[in-house]
Amino acid sequence: MGSVTRRQFGVAAAGTLALSALPRRLRAETGKLKVGLLLPRSGLQALIGQSCQKGADVAPELLKQRLGVDVELMNADTESNVDTARSRAERVIEQGANVLVGAFDSGHTSAIAQVAEQRGVPLVVNVAAAPQITEQGYKFVFRNFPPAPEIGRNGLVLLGDIFREAKVEPKTAVFMHVNDTFGQSMAKGVAALLPKVSLPFKLLDTIPYDPAAKDLNVEVSRAKATNAELLLLVCRLNDAIVLRREMVKQRWSPMGVVSPGSPGLYEEQFSKGLGKYADYCITNTVWFNPKNEITHAFAAAFKKRFPKDEFAFHAINASYTFDALLIAADAFKRAKTTDRKALADAIRQTNIPATDRVTFGGPIKFNAKGQVEGDASMVIQNLKGKPTVVLPKEYSEGKLVFPMPKAG
Amino acid sequence: MPALSHLANAALSGVLTGTVYGLMALGLSAIFGVIRLVNFAHGELMTLAMYVAVVVFQGLALDPFLTMIGAAAAFGALGYVLQRGFINRYVGRPEHSQMLLMIALAMIIGNALLLGFGPDARNVQTSYQLDSFELGPMLLDKVRVYAAGAAVVATALLAAFFRLTLTGKAIRACADNPLGARVAGLPVAHLYAVTFGLGAASVAVAGCAMVPLIDVTPGLGPGYTLLAFVIVILGGLGSMVGALLGGVVIGVSEALAGVLIAPSAKSMVSFGLLVLILLARPQGLMGATRR
Amino acid sequence: MTLMAGKLIGAPGQRRRRALIGGVAVIALTLPFIASSYVLSVVTLALYLAYVGQAWNVMMGFAGQLSLGHSLYVGLGAYASAGLFFHYGIGPWAGVWLAVVLCAGAGAFIGFLAFRMRVSGVQLSLLTVAFAELARIGFDHIERLGGPGGLFLRVADRSRIDLLGFRGPPAMYYYAILALVAGALGLCSFLLHRRAGYYWRAIREDEVAAASLGIDVFRWKMRAVVLSSAMTAVAGVFFAFYYNSLFPEQIFSFGRSIEIVLGPVIGGVGTLVGPIVGAGAVVLLGDGTTEILNRLGFDVPGAKQVVHGLLLLLVTIYMPNGLWPPLARALGFGPRKV
Repeated sequence: MGSVTRRQFGVAAAGTLALSALPRRLRAETGKLKVGLLLPRSGLQALIGQSCQKGADVAPELLKQRLGVDVELMNADTESNVDTARSRAERVIEQGANVLVGAFDSGHTSAIAQVAEQRGVPLVVNVAAAPQITEQGYKFVFRNFPPAPEIGRNGLVLLGDIFREAKVEPKTAVFMHVNDTFGQSMAKGVAALLPKVSLPFKLLDTIPYDPAAKDLNVEVSRAKATNAELLLLVCRLNDAIVLRREMVKQRWSPMGVVSPGSPGLYEEQFSKGLGKYADYCITNTVWFNPKNEITHAFAAAFKKRFPKDEFAFHAINASYTFDALLIAADAFKRAKTTDRKALADAIRQTNIPATDRVTFGGPIKFNAKGQVEGDASMVIQNLKGKPTVVLPKEYSEGKLVFPMPKAG
Repeated sequence: MPALSHLANAALSGVLTGTVYGLMALGLSAIFGVIRLVNFAHGELMTLAMYVAVVVFQGLALDPFLTMIGAAAAFGALGYVLQRGFINRYVGRPEHSQMLLMIALAMIIGNALLLGFGPDARNVQTSYQLDSFELGPMLLDKVRVYAAGAAVVATALLAAFFRLTLTGKAIRACADNPLGARVAGLPVAHLYAVTFGLGAASVAVAGCAMVPLIDVTPGLGPGYTLLAFVIVILGGLGSMVGALLGGVVIGVSEALAGVLIAPSAKSMVSFGLLVLILLARPQGLMGATRR
Repeated sequence: MTLMAGKLIGAPGQRRRRALIGGVAVIALTLPFIASSYVLSVVTLALYLAYVGQAWNVMMGFAGQLSLGHSLYVGLGAYASAGLFFHYGIGPWAGVWLAVVLCAGAGAFIGFLAFRMRVSGVQLSLLTVAFAELARIGFDHIERLGGPGGLFLRVADRSRIDLLGFRGPPAMYYYAILALVAGALGLCSFLLHRRAGYYWRAIREDEVAAASLGIDVFRWKMRAVVLSSAMTAVAGVFFAFYYNSLFPEQIFSFGRSIEIVLGPVIGGVGTLVGPIVGAGAVVLLGDGTTEILNRLGFDVPGAKQVVHGLLLLLVTIYMPNGLWPPLARALGFGPRKV
């Protein structure tokens, strides 16, 4: 769907007027899309869930403007707990949700997917990285977010781009990764890919660490002891902060701290907590497309609604959640009905051009498994306390700095 | 095989980290060891103390190590009132009853913190936060050294209190023989409340020492509660020095395990140690042998 | 601690009791037909908690040992059966045997360590926690079972009932867990009226006195622990095939162990019906709070947990023996003092 032309808008307006003259029951059937939004807004994943929610809050108004579609959000809190996720999914379906969006955590998303499949309600996954979610042969589950191995692969390939752009190549590297769901699948992807992708460095050591570790002294000293020139890091926010601090305390300044696609380094608390030491850290990750007009509109709406929040810090969570709602709204517009099966079929036929989505990638098209392919990563570097797109060149908002200047 | 200096540095870091853990467990050793209260809200109290330190830092630009004193006093008073006014009724109750009470409290505190502060991590930024002392080839994190210092001082103070002052001795009497203490006319409720207050004060000190090291989020509680219980059992119930020692043992063994085995499995070491201690020496390293 | 015997007090009491039980049974059996999918999922969750609570209660109520690491058995049972299914296609009806044997073994091991070494009270509770944590971290490192990335079971078509593979619509799972709860209730009731029950009660009241009467305390405590862990294993199998994805961080977590304990403690430790009533209350309080907060338009994350905690606090303060004893008295079941 492109932007709404005047003629289309006029038709839609006339149609809406006509519809509003209809008896209430009929109007309710075709007027509004009720979206059950399942996010972890409390519990351990509260930070991410609330970030996703912000992207969603901005969506209905924007979608009404651009698509002429009425979207009603039914917010539900999964409480970072799989039992709650499942019962909340059942609840919103019972309350009339036509489509579900959620849920960030792969375990919760898997449970919700089963409910969705069983009840025949389409689920559009906003963020969740476990590959298995779209490997189950579901007919009602769709995901516009790359599985972790793909993110890892894209991230590794981009390393080559970084070295080419900076005209510097590290000869050795050490790989540290958090030992949780995401970290482990990334690590597997990296391990499988490193021999295939031609990267100039030799991997000296792989150091997994406990996500709940309160102290990463030993891990960092082990990494430092390898004397590697590059630190490849797969982390989460809390451990990224502890780890970077530890690096400074141990006076270890490698050429670069690069993540092939995990959260943490580009997040707000990382920059706030580490100040100048957060700068120059790089993450190769999915992101919003800074050149698309819809992205500008989204960012503007976000800024207006949440003036105290820097949009770049919510880039991934908010953008992917918005795009999930965009997909739902777009399908609704084409299906012209809230019938769940018709909606699912419409979603399956989605074809949103690359220029009309907030997140970066090719056209939004679902393959036979319900997965969107071609969501690419970009090189995001913390510059002046803000995550900035530096590569690919045509999208860059700032200049790549590599190697990292020595801190302090 | 990693270099000796590497091992030594790891071990030394482990000692420092361990003393901070021990500091955190001090309070529980007093509360659990003396009152026998299964304080499942211990971690949440510590999280609360960390938030207090952050708020004071942001509002008054006061270094957490200075805030410690005020926080200790405040938490001490709060602890006294809480125990005397409310928790005291639960002291004799069966363990699962106490546990449920404290779990409910933990839930309330933890989620109230989420409501009040939001899920964002908060931290303090002191000027020396990322500095290290150099000791030959080894680097020692300044904050950890200060925290370890605070831990040793606090342990010494508490140990001295329990061993040398009259109130302290009375409290130990209560711990050894609650019925006898009552018969002897000791004001047990008051003494328990003092103990809880002291426990809470230690938690406050620990929180202030911890916050320059770790950002505080509302969900930190349960992890710390578990760690505190492990240290207290390891070190011996009711022994202040035991708590410190237990913390150091955990810190060092985790550090060494991290260097020699896989860092992601280093927590298994603490639990493995716990199992060993429970089977081999259930009263803990410094605990007195009980019947 | 009184045990609910359910014996008659007088003819009208018996009629009322029968009517009540009959009414509950009718509702339970017809629930999938009369309630919405949401209610069914919530009740299924409550029954699951009730079942694990009953299993836990065997160890606590009968042997007097407070286990805070029961998630160990749930996880072991889940991974055992899921692993067999994932790698060899062996269905849950066979897999459950491996699960039970493994958990019984683990329970026996822990029990042996605990009772032979005279570990009791809070130390024992912490021992159980330690083993659960060891399992959590350990399973995080077992690649063959998915590691931290999780073990995902292939989900077939859920509209048909495939009893052999334990796949089907939610109603099937509901009846399965209902049967488990009823079975556990029957089993515990049966045991309590046998020699086993008297020995266990004696041991719980006064271990030394029981021993002096010639009861082999060690053996009976071991039996309670092994039974408890074996029962919990079945819950693990149910969990694996109901949710179809397992993560060590979640299934072995301390939080899950606490969750298992909440039901019986609120309902009444050591009572037959306590865990069921308690589990129902916990779930009702939880979901009920969410519903009320939603109705009031109070969309604040974290508010529900605070209210939930407050309600738990109130129950602890005003009903220290749990909900069931006063409820039983009110309903006319009249606790029989043992």
